[in-house]
Amino acid sequence: MRLTARPIVWLTWGALAFFMLNLVGIVGAVVTNSFAETWFGTWLPDGYTGKWYGEAWRDYRLLDVLGVTFQVAIAVVVISVLIGVPTAYALARRNFPGKKLLNVLFLLPILMPPMTYGIPLATVLYKFHLAGSMFGVIAANLVPAVPFVVLTMTPFIEQIDTKIESAARMCGANTFAIFTRVLAPLLVPGILAASILVLVRTVGMFELTFLTAGPTSQTLVVSLYEAMSSAGIRPQQMVDSMAVIYTGSMLLLLVIALRFVNPTQLVTRLKEP
Amino acid sequence: MTAVLERASLKHRLAEKGVDRVLWLLLPGAVFVILLFVYPFLYGLQLSFQPKGGGSPFQNYITFFQDDYLAETVWITLWLGLPAALFNVLASIPIAFRMRGRFRGKRALTTLLVIPITLGTVLTAEGLLAFFGPTGWFNRILMALGADEPAKLTHNYWGVLFSLIITGFPFAFLLTLSYLSGIDPTLEQAAATLGASKRQRFRTITMPLLAPGLAVTFCLSFVLAFSVFPSAVMVGNPAGETHVMSIAAYETALRDNDFAMGSAIAMLMALVMLIVIGVVLIWRTTLYRGATGGKG
Repeated sequence: MRLTARPIVWLTWGALAFFMLNLVGIVGAVVTNSFAETWFGTWLPDGYTGKWYGEAWRDYRLLDVLGVTFQVAIAVVVISVLIGVPTAYALARRNFPGKKLLNVLFLLPILMPPMTYGIPLATVLYKFHLAGSMFGVIAANLVPAVPFVVLTMTPFIEQIDTKIESAARMCGANTFAIFTRVLAPLLVPGILAASILVLVRTVGMFELTFLTAGPTSQTLVVSLYEAMSSAGIRPQQMVDSMAVIYTGSMLLLLVIALRFVNPTQLVTRLKEP
Repeated sequence: MTAVLERASLKHRLAEKGVDRVLWLLLPGAVFVILLFVYPFLYGLQLSFQPKGGGSPFQNYITFFQDDYLAETVWITLWLGLPAALFNVLASIPIAFRMRGRFRGKRALTTLLVIPITLGTVLTAEGLLAFFGPTGWFNRILMALGADEPAKLTHNYWGVLFSLIITGFPFAFLLTLSYLSGIDPTLEQAAATLGASKRQRFRTITMPLLAPGLAVTFCLSFVLAFSVFPSAVMVGNPAGETHVMSIAAYETALRDNDFAMGSAIAMLMALVMLIVIGVVLIWRTTLYRGATGGKG
């Protein structure tokens, strides 16, 4: 395998271009259809209109759905940071018996496909009559979110010099003051990065929300799925315009996320030469 | 007096092992993970041994393997998940290699490669149906180029595989790039100084350092592809060719209200996934995992 030979270089870029071209086609087809008057069996639609967006907005009550999505996402972010950061601090600073076990417990929810623990979790939530409500959806989405915060924050806290805390203690700060006045400002960039990634994940999380949501607690992804699987009653263009709205909001979130997180340094932080 | 001393020394001894008040910070996290992850999982596990119709505790598992329609889902899922994960990892390597170092437009290209994450399964599914469908642009181009009949690429295995590649590739690529940028470039420069060709450097320096990271990337890609659900329903043929385990689990649990059987399928899903990941991670322990980058 000669990775540096010319043909391989061309092949790599060629394959990438082909992939991108198909991707553009896939996204383009949906966007075009969402603006189409009618489109059946031709290269391009007969005419263009923006009315489907208005109809989708009204018929699927997207304002309510977006409100639910927003509330769920913010609740998940806040709670997962509140639970996850102290846990990450203890895991980063102390070696204690049973630490390995705890680490595995925090790794499993990320490693497991959501469906495998989602179904037992939904069963338990139904047993306690919590499923179908906003609370159930938030609880289910926290399951991968908290470990995610713990996992991203632990290395971040490890790289903060412990001498800073010792110095603060020498100067008479108590534990609370150390946390709020010394550590918190240092942790803000890490917390921000983790929160944004949790936000993106929660808005995009289909399985867990799907399993636990009721009619009034659906997030955008789930009602999009419901709209698509019950298609036939309403024109395809409406589903497509809803999908475009979903992707638009995800894109916005991702662009914001990329401003705070360098995606190539998720695993190791190496100073660029 | 002695009691006070003993208490003090116990506290001291515990502190030496790392047990002190800081560990109280773990409490909310530990309670959370036990309440919302461990308990439901164990509950599901014991529920799977209480079949709805009574009988032996293993009835659900026996039914699963005796019913061809259900037993098949294991192979269907693996047959989708393994190729998708393998392709995503293998395709990321050369592209990540091209993306190393600094060049103009690197950030733009990275963003472009990450965008598919935002598409979500539904838009991808809609797009695949429209683009690769019998009257879609792809088949129109094929026909214009002289194909006899449109290629059937949706509502079957291929549609789901494409959707897994589109949603999974960005993750695999980001991880691979991140592992690759973690490898200290001076190692390769040192090898080059000693006269190693590009090919030798790739085979004996970069690849061994990258391999553990690739193993992790493969595992995460596999998990992602393994839990395929929405795309298998929408672009696949959910009653036949792409009747994957998650569909079977969902349908038995929430459509037929047989939570015991649904949990049994979910447990089998976890088992199959853990076996695959275990094999990969055991292989990974045979690799070099030193301090110099590429670790994971």
